[in-house]
Amino acid sequence: MTSFAKSMLLATTLTLGLAGAAAAQEAENPLPPMEHWAFSGPFGTYDTAQLQRGYQVYRQVCSNCHAAKFLSFRNLAEAGGPQFSDSQVKALAATFKVQDGPDDSGNMYDRPGRPSDPFPSPFANEQAARAANGGAYPPDMSTLAKARSFERGGLWFLLEPFSQYQNEGPDYIHALLNGYKDDPPAGVKIPDGKYYNEYFPGHAISMPPPLSDGLVDYSDGSPKTTAQYSKDVAAYLQWMAEPKLDQRKQTGFKAVIFLAVFAGLLFVLKHRIWAGVKDASGTASAGSMPLTDPKPRA
Amino acid sequence: MSGASTYVPKNPVLRWFESRLPVVGLVHSSFVVFPNPRNLNYFWTFGGILAFMLVCQIVTGVVLAMHYTPEATLAFASVEHIMRDVNYGWMLRYIHANGASMFFIAVYVHIARGMYYGSYKAPREVLWILGLIIFLLMMATAFMGYVLPWGQMSFWGAKVITSLFSAIPVVGDAITVWLWGGYSVGNATLNRFFSLHYLMPFMIAGVVVLHIWALHVPGSNNPVGVEVKSKKDTLPFHPYFTVKDGLALSVFMVFFAYFVFFIPNYLGHSDNYIEANPLVTPAHIVPEWYFLPYYAMLRAVPSKLGGVCALFGSILILAFMPWLDTSRIRSSNFRPIYRAFLFVFFADVFVLGYCGSQEPQGAIVLVSQVATAWYFIHLLLITPAMGFFETPRQLPASITEAVLGPRMAGGSGAFAAARTAASPSVDG
Repeated sequence: MTSFAKSMLLATTLTLGLAGAAAAQEAENPLPPMEHWAFSGPFGTYDTAQLQRGYQVYRQVCSNCHAAKFLSFRNLAEAGGPQFSDSQVKALAATFKVQDGPDDSGNMYDRPGRPSDPFPSPFANEQAARAANGGAYPPDMSTLAKARSFERGGLWFLLEPFSQYQNEGPDYIHALLNGYKDDPPAGVKIPDGKYYNEYFPGHAISMPPPLSDGLVDYSDGSPKTTAQYSKDVAAYLQWMAEPKLDQRKQTGFKAVIFLAVFAGLLFVLKHRIWAGVKDASGTASAGSMPLTDPKPRA
Repeated sequence: MSGASTYVPKNPVLRWFESRLPVVGLVHSSFVVFPNPRNLNYFWTFGGILAFMLVCQIVTGVVLAMHYTPEATLAFASVEHIMRDVNYGWMLRYIHANGASMFFIAVYVHIARGMYYGSYKAPREVLWILGLIIFLLMMATAFMGYVLPWGQMSFWGAKVITSLFSAIPVVGDAITVWLWGGYSVGNATLNRFFSLHYLMPFMIAGVVVLHIWALHVPGSNNPVGVEVKSKKDTLPFHPYFTVKDGLALSVFMVFFAYFVFFIPNYLGHSDNYIEANPLVTPAHIVPEWYFLPYYAMLRAVPSKLGGVCALFGSILILAFMPWLDTSRIRSSNFRPIYRAFLFVFFADVFVLGYCGSQEPQGAIVLVSQVATAWYFIHLLLITPAMGFFETPRQLPASITEAVLGPRMAGGSGAFAAARTAASPSVDG
């Protein structure tokens, strides 16, 4: 290591010490617990069965208030997703009412959904959504899992590039869904129509506790509990936000392996080419010979 | 790129062409036989890496522009369309977004290398200033690019940065309205930012040509900072430096690919996955990581105008480095005291970066004020003073002597003193 590199390391270490000290100050909200996710880490991929269960929860519970405007029904059949069959997607799209038109007489009309349709929004517009939800606007869920994050504080931000832990979004959603408390702690006033949630910033959330045990009927024998529902739907939300995750990691392995091998070959080539001359290290490379004027290769 | 080429191609067609437009000879003299100091270490490979990054950003950017819609109500949706429906659109976008970060990592290493080895000193002042112009263009391009996805951080970042111009006395507000194309950041702003974001990379490419031209007149500086004295001190660009730059570039690309494919959103901000909403201000507005040190300086000064002056002054002042640094010795390897101060300066920039990422309260305010003050003290006081007070170590007589020792280089009594200074620094 050059002294330049050593000093850079020292500089970084100093900065980190400072980072840890400052981060320790903030501890108002509890940190969402780190869950185990099938899609975590370099080898993680989506669990198809979990995504299918998550879709069920989304369809029966979330989609009553939350839109997912960037997704279409056809996405549910794509690789790396819930992978419903084409006929399943067709059938499930038909359970939604989609507005189409105008027809020949200029009127809009409703028809059953088709796989190519985007998911219809539950409310006509933001005002309608707010009116139906006590003034609160249920956020669109298409990118929600990537739009929620939190700082773990301290040195975590430096470890994450190595651990590849990028699941703050689903961690937060899962924690939020399990974070409702019937009785807020002493001294905390929750306004009417709001609910106390440990993980929500400010703690007063407008969304009533959406999940309860037995609410959604799973057919694959998974437990019908809030714990299971929240996990499945958080995974589903992550898929909605990052549908190409599986493809991304697969392509990534090919790219990194190719580039690493290529770099290795160049490393060998570089040492071959520089072998005849003494290089910058001041020591002769393998098979060194007295210095000759290198001839340019035209 | 300097001087008339005497290159005569062997191929008759090329010879015909060369006698009419000597472009093959230009490439041959610039990138094949061009003599580079033989002792360049791997910090000198970042110029090539930067050239690659510029091409990478332009290529991915041009394709992204085929699918992107620069309209305030459609921009966010078009980015999601790219992520979901365009074939390998997610890859293009992640390469482009992370590519900006890689571009800045490379340029910061490149600038730090220039500062450490005194590459800005005569006769390379113009080369250095051209580099700073590229850096400023890069910053403008990156800032405008970050606005295009039209997420919450795009919108509010644009608002904060463009509002800086309102600090200019008298005409500030008029300038801000002119920049926005309205009375707030809106569709007109997005449109012009897209237009300029597409234009500026080509301006960068133009200045890069000048930068390389200005480099090829005096040739590269090197880790000992002694000018090339004989042919023995150099090696031809090809194959020695093409393979060395290629090796460094491919290692850098592994690093780049790791971010693109495995942690693509690590360097971004989650709020930018929320569509821009002028009515909701994010709890904590932060710029991209590569602007954090400047953001910290902006907030460290209590007055708005003062903060803006610190922000722009911190970069403009670098243009005066060739004259602020009064020492005749280029390489910090031979300047023990200046070298220590320079490392403190680099650490200072890291501290500023950290402060920029935090909310400006408590100790962070004080730390960023001290760090901002130190940034300017280092450049305006310590750097000029050092040239008068510091006794540099003895330089080797030539590059060849620094690499090979005096016996093979033809002998020189000065070598023994220089050897200890030169050897640890040049192993790349």
